Amino acid sequence: MNVKKLLIEPLRKTNPVTVLVLGICSCLAVTAKLKPALVMGASVTVVTALSNLIISLLRKGIPSRIRIIVQLVVVATLVILIDQFLKAFAYDVSKQLSVYVGLIITNCIIMGRLEAFALSHGPIESFLDGLGNGLGYSLILVIVAFFRELIGSGTLLGYQVVPQSFYDAGYQNNGLMILPPMALIVIGIVMWINNSKTEAK
Amino acid sequence: MNLINLFLKSVFVDNMIFAYFLGMCSYLAVSKTVKTSAGLGLAVTFVLVVTVPVNYLINKYLLAPGALAWISPRFATVDLSFLTYILFIAIIAAIVQILEMIIETFTPSLHSALGIFLPLIAVNCAILGCSLFMQERGFDNVGQAAVFGLGSGIGWLLAITTIAAIREKLRYSKIPKGLQGVGISFIITGLMGIAFMAFMGIKL
Repeated sequence: MNVKKLLIEPLRKTNPVTVLVLGICSCLAVTAKLKPALVMGASVTVVTALSNLIISLLRKGIPSRIRIIVQLVVVATLVILIDQFLKAFAYDVSKQLSVYVGLIITNCIIMGRLEAFALSHGPIESFLDGLGNGLGYSLILVIVAFFRELIGSGTLLGYQVVPQSFYDAGYQNNGLMILPPMALIVIGIVMWINNSKTEAK
Repeated sequence: MNLINLFLKSVFVDNMIFAYFLGMCSYLAVSKTVKTSAGLGLAVTFVLVVTVPVNYLINKYLLAPGALAWISPRFATVDLSFLTYILFIAIIAAIVQILEMIIETFTPSLHSALGIFLPLIAVNCAILGCSLFMQERGFDNVGQAAVFGLGSGIGWLLAITTIAAIREKLRYSKIPKGLQGVGISFIITGLMGIAFMAFMGIKL
């Protein structure tokens, strides 16, 4: 069992977002600010890792005809736990994420990993695979959110980063970066850089 | 809220793809030709028109705080809203399954057009997302929920057929190597989203 391969490969070479193009659905809307993006990334990582572990433990007992429903129920249960946890301990972030926490259920990364990996591998490997893919997803989320918050609001995690003297000299925040369409363009550029680098190797 | 107003708003202003990024996975994977994407768009619209009103009723009479009061006043304080996700997704999966069987029996021609897309739809984020938005906005009656579902579906259909038409033409363009395929689709979608923002703030 190659722990390093399972954990590191999804970060660059088989990144679920930029290479496999899975899980774009819920991920772009939460990247206007860094904080919700971090919370969302962590939630998805936890759900992917744990659902991979659970399905892998159950894999010999699930009839293959109804496996989609079983997977949905396991994932939905985990997402409810995350949702209640966020409401209890990070209420303002949970308000910002609104329906996107619930949409983790239909995140294609989770279903994709369950189908492609957990159904045919042991529990520990599946757990690590889920962890790696969740981290790969979070990485892209954080990169996109970093640029959008820095250029759009001049802050990072809510702290002012662009100094006041810049504003005095006539610098202005680019309000376009906060708007939804820019998330798509930023991720397109991230993909471009990533693809060109992996091709060059 | 005026129904026509709600319909136009959910098609153009609150467009599922350009404003909320819902259903992006199938949007990017299937939008290679106009014909298949129109088929998927129709199937999504169809499923939304059915599932949103059903989930509205489930929410109103089962899940919302105090919703169980119609059974007996003793249940008036019960709040089952934490079960929302699991019930909504189960209902969507079940309805998609039933719809597929009904269509297969009664209209084989429609089934051959939509058939392959229906199983995909159960895990399409646009469907669950639309139900969750419906719950968040708190519509007054089933009619509004149905119109909201219809409008969102048509907005999604509009978006996927437009990008498919652009991608068909794009085959003849010269695109930088790393950007080919999905990368350029992202940037086009972003530009289309900026165009759609022109509708923002329109009051009817």
